[in-house]
Amino acid sequence: MDRNTPLQNAGAKGTAIGNVRGLGAAHEGAGHWLQQRFTAIGNLMAVSFLLISFILLPDYSYLTVHAWLSDLLPAFALALLIVSTFWHARLGLSVLIEDYVDDAGNKFAAKALLNIAIIAGAGFGLFSIARIALAGTL
Amino acid sequence: MAGRPLSPHLSIWKWGPHMLVSILHRATGDGMATVGFGILLWWLGSLASGPLAYADFLAIMGSPIGIIVLVLLSWAFFNHMSSGIRHFVLDLGAGYELDTNRRWSVATPIIGVALTILFWIAILLT
Repeated sequence: MDRNTPLQNAGAKGTAIGNVRGLGAAHEGAGHWLQQRFTAIGNLMAVSFLLISFILLPDYSYLTVHAWLSDLLPAFALALLIVSTFWHARLGLSVLIEDYVDDAGNKFAAKALLNIAIIAGAGFGLFSIARIALAGTL
Repeated sequence: MAGRPLSPHLSIWKWGPHMLVSILHRATGDGMATVGFGILLWWLGSLASGPLAYADFLAIMGSPIGIIVLVLLSWAFFNHMSSGIRHFVLDLGAGYELDTNRRWSVATPIIGVALTILFWIAILLT
């Protein structure tokens, strides 16, 4: 198709762009793309916080790590890390499924499984952090 | 399959550094989303469960195999981070000149490995 397809040649949907819109593996557009970028920025900040904390922690014993994570700021930062990274991973794994699972039924099943796993995983992480934080200093 | 032209699959392209960066970005991302999340949730869950569960976590992840997995995971993060930042630059519309694009494609995996080494040196020194 020419770059400047005359309207009369463009087919049933009217315009040239109408012919191709929604034909990508995801059948949708920019919202996913933007969310991936927003959460990427969140991931960069949250994971940097976690890795710098790993460098600064004097040791990795239960008492040390538990006391660290029961403080307000680390618990809050890790809760944000869970939300941002799981959201980002859900988007990334969705694209993986869209690219490699061709059959519509299997695609739906894989995405349903992915959503359950992401919600369950993030929920477990947040609940664990809440339990650590609310237990207070031992 | 769709009745329209599809891009040819990986096997027929001549490999270049940009393809390696793209594949590594996906592989490291999916690795972190599966293995990484498993270990992250195990770590948080064992901390929340108590000293006995956490001792199990430390014993396994502190073993040589566990350390290797953690090193690979940290590499996955730093590699994904550097190619992700490259994505942000490309999103701005910059860096598409052939030379520039190739140069940064070669640089991102090297930066990923370098940051991994620096991170573990920092862990060992402090």
